[in-house]
Order: sequence, then C-alpha cells, then structure tokens
Amino acid sequence: MNRSDSKSIILERIRQALDDVQQTDHPKAIDRNYRMQSDMPDDECISLFAERVREYKAEVKIVDRADEMGAVLESLRSRNARRVVLAPGFPDKGLLEDEFTVVKDEPVPLSNKALDECDAVVTSSFLGIAETGTIILNGSEGQGRRALSLIPDFHVCVVPSNRIRGIVPEAIEELNNVIKKNPAPITFISGPSATSDIELNRVEGVHGPRTLHVIISMGAGACTGNISCRT
Amino acid sequence: MNTPTFEQTAKQYIENDQLRRNIGFATKTIREKRKTVVEEMPDWEELREAGQQIKDRVVKNLDSYLLQLEESVQRAGGHVHWARDGEEANQIIIDLVKDKGVSEVVKVKSITTDEIKLNDALQQAGIDALETDLAELIVQLANDEPSHILVPAIHKNRTEIKELFSSAIGLPDLSDSPEELTNAARLYLRKKFLNAKVGISGGNFAVAETGTISVVESEGNGRMCITMPEMLISVLGIEKVIPTWQDLEVFMQLLPRSSTAERMNPYTNFWTGVSENDGPKEFHLILLDNGRTRVLSDPGGRDTLHCIRCSACLNVCPVYERTGGHAYHSVYPGPIGAILTPQLRGPEDKSAASLPYASSLCGACYEVCPVKINIPEILVHLRGKVVSHQKETGGWRAKIQPEHAGMYMMARAFQSRSRYEGAQKLARGGMKLFERDGMVSKLPGYLSGWTSARDLKPIPNESFRDWWRTRQ
Ligand code: SF4
Repeated sequence: MNRSDSKSIILERIRQALDDVQQTDHPKAIDRNYRMQSDMPDDECISLFAERVREYKAEVKIVDRADEMGAVLESLRSRNARRVVLAPGFPDKGLLEDEFTVVKDEPVPLSNKALDECDAVVTSSFLGIAETGTIILNGSEGQGRRALSLIPDFHVCVVPSNRIRGIVPEAIEELNNVIKKNPAPITFISGPSATSDIELNRVEGVHGPRTLHVIISMGAGACTGNISCRT
Repeated sequence: MNTPTFEQTAKQYIENDQLRRNIGFATKTIREKRKTVVEEMPDWEELREAGQQIKDRVVKNLDSYLLQLEESVQRAGGHVHWARDGEEANQIIIDLVKDKGVSEVVKVKSITTDEIKLNDALQQAGIDALETDLAELIVQLANDEPSHILVPAIHKNRTEIKELFSSAIGLPDLSDSPEELTNAARLYLRKKFLNAKVGISGGNFAVAETGTISVVESEGNGRMCITMPEMLISVLGIEKVIPTWQDLEVFMQLLPRSSTAERMNPYTNFWTGVSENDGPKEFHLILLDNGRTRVLSDPGGRDTLHCIRCSACLNVCPVYERTGGHAYHSVYPGPIGAILTPQLRGPEDKSAASLPYASSLCGACYEVCPVKINIPEILVHLRGKVVSHQKETGGWRAKIQPEHAGMYMMARAFQSRSRYEGAQKLARGGMKLFERDGMVSKLPGYLSGWTSARDLKPIPNESFRDWWRTRQ
C-alpha cells in the first residue's frame, strides 16, 4: 500500500471510530477554574522563586542591578572557570579579559568542540516562575541558541526580578504572545540536570550543566530581554 | 503469539526478592513525594478537571486536531508522516536515517518507540540506536526490558549496574557509587551527542495551534538529542495532540507533579518545526496509529487515550508493587498497561487479554490519575469484552463462564463509589468462610482462578481505599 494513503486511512479510521459522537461546531468551553494569576506581592514572589530554585540545589544570589556583573564574576571565580562563553546580546562590560578567556558565539557560531572546551556559560533569561522554581529561555536577547546553555558544565543565569511570575499559567500566557510571532525553541530549566535512576538516589548533573547559579537582578530597567517588561 | 499470561509471569516475579524490594522502595518513595507536591496545590482538582476536559475534546475531534497540527508543523518548516502501524513508522525512520547516510542514531527515552520495537527494526537495517537515558542505557546494555515507565532500571541494583558498565563499556575500575556510575555514563555519551547526525525522540504533547512539540525530561539527554543532531525525528501517538498553547498551562502543572513528583522536572524542551541557527536543520514528525483508532472506536474504553503517561497509577497499584513491570509483557505496565495493551492489541492476543485481570479493582489508580481516567471502570468493561469474546470463539466451557455474570455486577458496582464499597464489605463477609490460618489459598468454583497465582490474603477488614484514605 502506498504511504501517502496512510493519512487518509488513519483519518477514515478515526471518523468511523467516532461515529457515535455528536460533532458540534462549538464545543463547550473548557472549565478553567484553576488559578490563572497568583496574588503574591512582588517581593514574596521573588523570595519564593529564590527558595524554590535553591531547593533544586542551584545556587541563588539576589543582587542590585548595579552589582549584577560583580555577582557573575564572583560565581565564575568560585568555580575556577577560565574559558567562558557569553550569550550573544549579554552585556559584557566588566568581564575582565585578563582574568577570563571570553568566547563569543558570533559572528561565527562556535563548533561543538569549542563549546565543549568552555568551563562556563553566562546567559540572561526570558522569565522565571516562582511556584515551580523554573527559568525559561527562549533564545531572545542575552540567551543565545540552545547549545550554549547546554554543553558547558556550569551555567550562570541572570534573571531580572521584574521577569519573575508567580505561577505556571502566567508564564505560559506570556510565551503565548511571543511564540505566535516568533516560534523559537523554548527551554524550561528547573535546577541542574538530575537522575534518580540508580536505586532512586538523586544524582545532580548528568548531561546538562552540573552546576547552575542563578543571579536575581533587582530593580527597574533590569530587563535584558528584548521585549517590554511588565512594570 | 506465545507470550505468557500475566498470571504465569507474576508468579515468577513474586518470588524474585530483589525486584520486589526495589519496586516496593521506588513506588513508596515516589508515592509519598507525589502526595506532598500535589497537596500543596490549592487548585489540583480544578486542574485535573480541565485536563480531563481538554483530553476529552481532543479524542472526540481527533481528526481535525491532527490536520491542524500537520499544517502548523509544515508551516514551521517541519515534515509530517502518518503511520498506520509500528512497521510503517519504523520503515519511515529507516528510510530517513539511510538517506542521511549514517549508521548510528541517538535516542531519548520514548515508550512509543519501545511499543513499535524501533530499536530492533533499526538494528536489522544495520543502524545502531543508542539509548541515552541512564536507565534506558542500563536496560539496553543488559539486553533487558524496562520495568517501570519512569524508572525503567528499577529492577537493577547498583552492584549489578557497576558490573554491567565494566563489561559493556569497558570501565573496570568503577566503584558502585551512583555519582560515579552516573559520571561514567555522562562521559560515555558526550562524544556521541556532540557528533550525532540524527536524533530520535518521542514527545509528551503536540500543540495543534502552533505545531510545537514538547519533551519533558530530567537528565538533559533530551536536550542533547533534540538540539545537537542535524536531523530530528519524533514519533508521537496520534492521541498526544492538544488543541492550544494555553492548554500547556494545565499539563505542565499536572504532569511533573504526578510523574517525578516534582514541582517541575529539571528540563522541558519545546520546539516548533525548525529554527534558523538553533538546532536541527530538518525535523520529521511521525504520527502513529498502531491500534489507537481501535481504542478510539470503543466508547467504553476510549478514555484510555487521555493518558499522559505520568506513571502515578503504577506507584499506587498494589498489584504492580508486588509483581513489577515485567509481568505485564508490554511496554505499558501497571494499571494503564492493563487497560491500554489489550485494547491496542485486540482480543486475539491471549497474553494481553489476561491483563484486565491484573488488578484488585481497588480504585487507587483512578484517584491519582491527573486526567481522571476511570481505570477500574474500563478494566471491568474490558473484562466483560474478554469474556464475551471467549463466549463467541470458545467451546462450551467458555460459554458457561460464570465470570460473565459476575463482571456485569462488577460493572454496576463500579458506577458509584458507595455501591463499590458496599460490595466490598459484602465480599469481606463472604470470604471469612474460606479463610484458613489467616490466608485464603483456595477459593471455590470460578473464583479459583484468582487464587492460583496468589496466596490471597483475605480481604482485610479495612479496604485498600479505606486504608489509603486514612494514610493520606
Ligand atoms: S492512566 Fe492516568 S495515572 Fe496512569 S499513567 Fe496515564 S495519566 Fe498517569
């Protein structure tokens, strides 16, 4: 049988299987009686985010916008990172060239091998979710392509405080507005990679970065993403 | 098919202490963690209700959502293939890989590709499929079969894994610490990821509206398989489609908490077709039927297709806890396997037909299911179907099966909780008559089938449901 027939055969099977179902043009709306928005004040939201990310064994620092780069440097030093890849669009002022070898993914993208030789990657982020301790990357400014935050063993991620949302539906809604215009890949990160496959012992760090530092940058104008901020 | 029935294998596994201990430990740990992260959600029931309604809408309009999904994926630069069965899906994949001229592919855990035995098919075509989840790697290196949806290698302890790694990937000096074993796998697989040309994945959700596919994972091997290769092939059962991007706000809350019992799993990948300068240059989505339309055609079993494969029902199932996953002879073990496998395979498959009996109908699976699938009701419905199939095809013995009448009563009892609990109380009284030394080892007449594979404990004074409720 011809493969191009498979589509019509499957669709026909579905229609026959559903012959008992009354098809309506206007199906009843889904009852969405769950929380759409959190009622947490901003400061609570930020501290909950910090707490939940810490529970995943990631290091979290809360700093003023002005000290953001200082915190990044401190993180890099704390783990003796030497070769550091900066995501395109991440402001690099203050990353001392004599202290680190700073590698960039532009104008020519790094090879896998070159990325694998980096000790650390520094990126911004699109959103944070407090209730679940999740960081969302969507490739917008300061984040780079997905391989950047995946191959190096140490990820330093800056989350502007005004990009932190309370609960999952708020983040999904904001992504909804973006993905329809620019369907770039999206990654949710909740702590460093982990496995519990051997006798259910949790081991942090399998294939993704084994160490994750999250720097929450406080204050207005902290947004490094290329879309308008909430406040 | 000569696959043994559930009863035959269950007996064997019940005698395997190591397996039972591991499974018991795993299910208990995850069960307790899940309870904590579910209870902290003030709107869990509302989320379940929405999840159930969305899935109900999907299956009842499956054809239009699939067409919309196809259009969205194509618009985003991806290719869509339709496969009536596993064989066709495997052939599509083999052709794609061969076109690419490679003989090795990296894979991220996917029960759907296990279901269609993709790895065997690839091997026969001269293509090595490398499983990259730690547990799947262990299972693959041991030439074994997964025993749990979530922790497929739960039947192996650390010493066995250490020995396996020393012999299969030539690392003789490993200790048996989970850290060291995990790191060994990291190093072994990294080279493979960085040079991979083709990646193969399953998928948790496919958004019809945007064409976005998602893979939920923990280890980062999913990110590797989805991001690094030049070509990505994803195999999804046709029931994995969801209507809108917004629906993810429901499932991205229900799935992680029910599955790994976390507020959110470490990594979730979402991608839409292909993107310039980020990830694979070529994306192929394979939409797989392989019996799913058969499930769809039975209004009494159709809800089985709502399943989001979280494995919560496995961890609360007293039968699964005692027998482990292998006894189900299917890639779908536990309560979901007991209803899904026989429907996917049809009534001719004798081994699968025994599965609806692999349950005590205690109802715990229904209570935890994040999309509210009434598994006990479907089990009873399927038992009824097995019996009537036997009556149609069997000899005089089958025709006088008293179970047929019994199942009708059970089906009625399951229509309401109070009726079910009432029936249980009655049964408890009746069973006292056959109890010897606190064990019921032979039940009379048609019920003897139940005791032949188990030394049945008498129905306790407290039912599993009562007990479950008090311990929550
Ligand atoms: S049947 Fe429900 S509980 Fe079981 S795996 Fe499927 S979604 Fe999860």
